[in-house]
Amino acid sequence: MFNIIEKRRWYFIISALVIVPGLIAMIYSTVRFGTPVRLSIDFTGGALLELEFEQPVQPGEVRQVFVDRGYTDTMVQTTADERTVLVRSDFLESEVKMEVKSALEDRYGPLEELRFESVGPTIGGEVTKAASMAVVTAAIVILGFIVVAFRRVPHAFRYGACATASLVHDLLVAMGFFSILGLFRGWQVDALFLTAILTVIGFSVQDTIVVFDRIRENIPKRRGEPFELIVNRSILETIHRSLATQLNAIFVMIAILLFGGATMKQFIATLLVGMLSGTYSSIFTAVPLLVVWEKGEVGQFLRRLRRREAQA
Amino acid sequence: MRERNVSLLVGVIILALAAIWVDLPNNPGLHIHLGPINYDRDIRVHQGLDLQGGMQVLLEADLPEGEAIEPGAMEAAKVIVKNRVDALGVMEPLVQSQGERRIIVELPGVKDPELAIATIRETGLLEFIDAGYTFLPPDTVVETTFGGQEVAVTVPTTLPSTVAPAEGMTPTGAITGTSTVTPTVPLPTGEVFTTVMTGKELETANVALDQYGKPEIQFTLKPDGARVFADFTSRNVGRFLAIVLDKRIISCPRIETAITEGQARITGDFTLEAARSLAIQLRYGALPIPLRVETTRSVGPTLGQDSVRRSVRAGAIGLVIVLLFMLIYYRLPGFLAALALIIYALLNFALFKLIPVTLTLPGITGFLLSTGMAVDANILIFERTKEELRWGRSLAAAINAGFDRAWTSIRDSNLSTIITCAILYWFGSNFGASVVKGFAVTLFIGVVISMFTAITVTRTFIRFVFDVAGEWLQDRRWLLGV
Repeated sequence: MFNIIEKRRWYFIISALVIVPGLIAMIYSTVRFGTPVRLSIDFTGGALLELEFEQPVQPGEVRQVFVDRGYTDTMVQTTADERTVLVRSDFLESEVKMEVKSALEDRYGPLEELRFESVGPTIGGEVTKAASMAVVTAAIVILGFIVVAFRRVPHAFRYGACATASLVHDLLVAMGFFSILGLFRGWQVDALFLTAILTVIGFSVQDTIVVFDRIRENIPKRRGEPFELIVNRSILETIHRSLATQLNAIFVMIAILLFGGATMKQFIATLLVGMLSGTYSSIFTAVPLLVVWEKGEVGQFLRRLRRREAQA
Repeated sequence: MRERNVSLLVGVIILALAAIWVDLPNNPGLHIHLGPINYDRDIRVHQGLDLQGGMQVLLEADLPEGEAIEPGAMEAAKVIVKNRVDALGVMEPLVQSQGERRIIVELPGVKDPELAIATIRETGLLEFIDAGYTFLPPDTVVETTFGGQEVAVTVPTTLPSTVAPAEGMTPTGAITGTSTVTPTVPLPTGEVFTTVMTGKELETANVALDQYGKPEIQFTLKPDGARVFADFTSRNVGRFLAIVLDKRIISCPRIETAITEGQARITGDFTLEAARSLAIQLRYGALPIPLRVETTRSVGPTLGQDSVRRSVRAGAIGLVIVLLFMLIYYRLPGFLAALALIIYALLNFALFKLIPVTLTLPGITGFLLSTGMAVDANILIFERTKEELRWGRSLAAAINAGFDRAWTSIRDSNLSTIITCAILYWFGSNFGASVVKGFAVTLFIGVVISMFTAITVTRTFIRFVFDVAGEWLQDRRWLLGV
């Protein structure tokens, strides 16, 4: 029987390799921008205006129109082509927006407003608070649910804890991914990102439960076997299903990524990364952690470290 | 057993046909008129703002933080806002309170978002004031005896001549205000004007064009107001009666004769839209509390339609790939599951049309995602069944065991997704983030229906096929992917 659990050290190393760059990006982002991921106006307040002209325009000049009215903190970039610009600025009152639009119209001719979002600062702060609360609540509720569902298994708490660990793993991967892209491509976190994160939490746990469920079923069936073996067997039995399910979800998501509208790209990409991580972590993080815990390997590891230090 | 399965199968087919009927575009809807029963229902897709274009505005009471709001004031404001919104002529607008200080307004397909905001947001307090023998130019900000809230806050563009420059400062002729503010002329003496009558006394207000084609507002007064007006005008011929909106002068006509019919006009420098906007505000009364715009989100129609097209195309491609995969990997059961999946998609979409669920772009994404996940339950069942077969069970027993054993797994794992949906829904509804709400709802419906189709539809199909061709299949296990 192929022994997956045996190589668990490698899986932890792989996880670390994936998470650490993300962590570095998040730390750098915090130092540079004040938050681990770049926030959109949904959280910070401000305005977003996307305009399409009938002729190519200069972003610098468009920006000047705003700066002239006192909005010095304005960024303008072209999006689809040189006729479409995306303006990010401080909160714009409706009247100001009208003024700006007519000024731009005078300069460049007819324009169409593709979309406009303006968020006041108070709302932004509230959304941030509520978002964090939502994530924490989701994690706690799901953790509790697992503990309850697995209460008849010996050491029920461990299952909850290991599932949470794999959840945290997935969150770090998703946030790290977004943080890196925030630094390189200017991706900004909005309400949809939060949706992606919560969905990732839901699915990650879903996947973990499938494996844990099988372990729970196998334990009474194979009383004589060591834990490590039971667990390994459970993984092998469920891996087929996990991969098949993942594959189908991935097909749909890649199709949307390639053919879907631009506004959904960030959302889907985050979901994709999160769900891939979710499957990985269910098999290669949550379960190995269970084994590590059961065999008391953390203690052994630390003791060995200390012994090596003593020898050196 | 066999009879029950056949009737289940028939039930499934009927359900599928009903779903197809509901899903058809240009569905005529449900119109039942049988004796005492009268039921009319439109069946169509409800598109969210980001798909059909439109605007969503979050209004907040513009009072200083600690100041308490009079009970009933927000409710009254909401009613006035709703009336104004209805008058704008937008189809299916939405006006809802949120919390104690906020109102959400959604205007799908609104043609002129800025005008809509102006109409809704402004307090709309109309006053007729006694201006004595001085003509007050339009746009002057005045103080009146009618108590009320702080309205148009402005910055003077010239220094009042009584202020002495501080030491070391060179007196400048004028301070230029920030260009976001309309320049006003402050009154030389800080006079307070007597309010003769407010807009409450207006019975109707309509826009009309005068003999030069300039827009003006014609109004009639209620009986009490007409009396006050007649009284005042007859006693004050020759004086100016200024018309003030939100503490700013619109026009300042001189009283030529007594006005006894209770009808008059407001002329001013209006564009047609501004006149219409003002007429709407006057018709429904002034807001009891000032409102400010906290959040605006508007999407032009082209962007929305484009997104729909792309998403539908992407979804179709994704779905086809999934179906192919199921066929290739699981063969016969895969084919049945693919059928069940199609029925799943039909049912889902039918529910969206019937409940109705307002579809947004993330909502559509959620629907597509849940389609990918819907196969999950089927896969669970098949994998279980394959296992049971490998352990040597007979086909019938393996199928049953597969379904039964898989159910606990399906239930538990979907439960965590459902919990997440609940939390997302709560978050979305508290912040007017309808995008989040839309996703949560479609995903939730998707998960629930997927459980239903896996357990009922797929099982019925498989049982049926087995009943009909069971023995033939025993010798062709490769068809089952074993």
